[in-house]
Amino acid sequence: MSTSNLIQDLINGTLLGGLYALIAVGYTMVYGILRLINFAHGDILMMGVYFSFYFIAALTMPWWLGFIVGIVGAGVLGFMVERIAYRPLRSAPRISSLITAIGMSFFLESLAVVVFGGIPKSFNLYPTFFSKILIIGHTRIQVLTFFILAVTFLLMFVLIWLLYKTKIGIAMRAISVDIPTTSLMGANVDNIIGLTFIIGSMLAATSGIMWAMRYPQVQPYMGFVPGLKAFIAAVIGGIGSVPGALVGGFLLGMVEILIVGFFPNLAGYRDAFAYVILIVLLMFRPSGIFKVYSEQKV
Amino acid sequence: MSEVLLKIEELNVNYGAIHAVKGININVNEGKIVTLIGANGAGKSSTLGAIIGLVRSKSGKIIYNGKELIHMRADAIVRSGIALAPEGRRIFPNLTVEENLRMGAYFRKDESGINKDLEWVLGLFPRLRERLKQMGGTLSGGEQQMLAISRALMSSPKILMLDEPSLGLAPLLVKEVFDVIKKIKQEGKTVLLVEQNAAVALAIADYGYVLETGKIVLEGNGKKLLESDDVRHAYLGVSV
Repeated sequence: MSTSNLIQDLINGTLLGGLYALIAVGYTMVYGILRLINFAHGDILMMGVYFSFYFIAALTMPWWLGFIVGIVGAGVLGFMVERIAYRPLRSAPRISSLITAIGMSFFLESLAVVVFGGIPKSFNLYPTFFSKILIIGHTRIQVLTFFILAVTFLLMFVLIWLLYKTKIGIAMRAISVDIPTTSLMGANVDNIIGLTFIIGSMLAATSGIMWAMRYPQVQPYMGFVPGLKAFIAAVIGGIGSVPGALVGGFLLGMVEILIVGFFPNLAGYRDAFAYVILIVLLMFRPSGIFKVYSEQKV
Repeated sequence: MSEVLLKIEELNVNYGAIHAVKGININVNEGKIVTLIGANGAGKSSTLGAIIGLVRSKSGKIIYNGKELIHMRADAIVRSGIALAPEGRRIFPNLTVEENLRMGAYFRKDESGINKDLEWVLGLFPRLRERLKQMGGTLSGGEQQMLAISRALMSSPKILMLDEPSLGLAPLLVKEVFDVIKKIKQEGKTVLLVEQNAAVALAIADYGYVLETGKIVLEGNGKKLLESDDVRHAYLGVSV
């Protein structure tokens, strides 16, 4: 492989990894608090992309405003899913909420098919400026790539700042080890959990929109594969750990791209590598890369 | 006589099929240390859980400052001025000592008051000051107990409830912690102390209740209970 191809692959791997990581954060934060795998997470992502699509295409909003409104819409949807489907089951056996999450996933996908139609729609809603190709040395990079990388890193920075430097972030980390004791601090745990769903859903929708910009289409099942990969990334990183989800996402994206880059014949097995990595890692480190405090969980 | 700040009337608490608290009456007077003593499973922790709203009461009244607490959420009860340092300390292992303390003041908006209380609790337990940036999970048992009490104080409560603060501590540390509890009272706080270690609890308490299998079998001021034959026999291991 030539150097310029390698650079290209490293950039693409970072980009794909970043998209996985943004989705994985939502899985890991919700799991950390509720021990629930939110299977509807990828579908909230899909809904967010559709929201933006219609705000831009049908309501003729400027592209950037449509994106923001779609992301906020996904946050509201995530909050409602928690409020309607998960909160009533919080003290029920874990299997009940797990099955509810699967049901919520099917519901959102079917709803999208009914309301938006099953035919993929082209997502070429952003200015042509993004499609411009920059040539640096021998490497050709789309402006869109820079845009996605910049947004991804900015959001990760904001997330880390929020979790480690703000009061609500401290509460979110506290609640992930001990819900009753968090309420003993005078904190309304429902609000903190609701906010966690909002943040996770908005990050996923942002990732979904950037995904749709790069592979320019939107369809009702578009959340499935990114959601599954991001879930694997979260498990690889140590589910429950936000830094773990970020590292797991980048690792998975990079390995996927580099394997195809080095062994082009294996391109067809690209998705299988995600599982191979997962299985091998879990054999040696069953709790993932990052350690998560869970001893105090009731 | 001081005012009754917290009044419990005919409280019943069920834990599944177990009738853990059977119609107890307790008065906690303002500015006093009141203790509930009794063996494991006597219903002491259930009573505290019911007051703070983490355990559902079956019947009875819990009146604090003229307000009924039953059916209130735990976080609202804490915001109304009652704090609990729970059994097993329950500090957040993944937060630093300072973050744990700031969590205690989570709902407060008065930044200057929070900083003042932070200085106060660090004065009570100077050892925590050296550990401010350390993760809560790395503290020793005694330090965790100090942190749990300090964290509860950070909400600036009127009533501080302590569940088994002596549990698992070396005798010297028990003395240190109980000396601080006396100081907390001198600052005008009311303390409701649950203990299995009857001797240390009664030594600092103004008034005490003895719980046995969910019922109050004896009550009186601390000194009187310490001298009572029943208590000496059952809880202090003195043969009479």
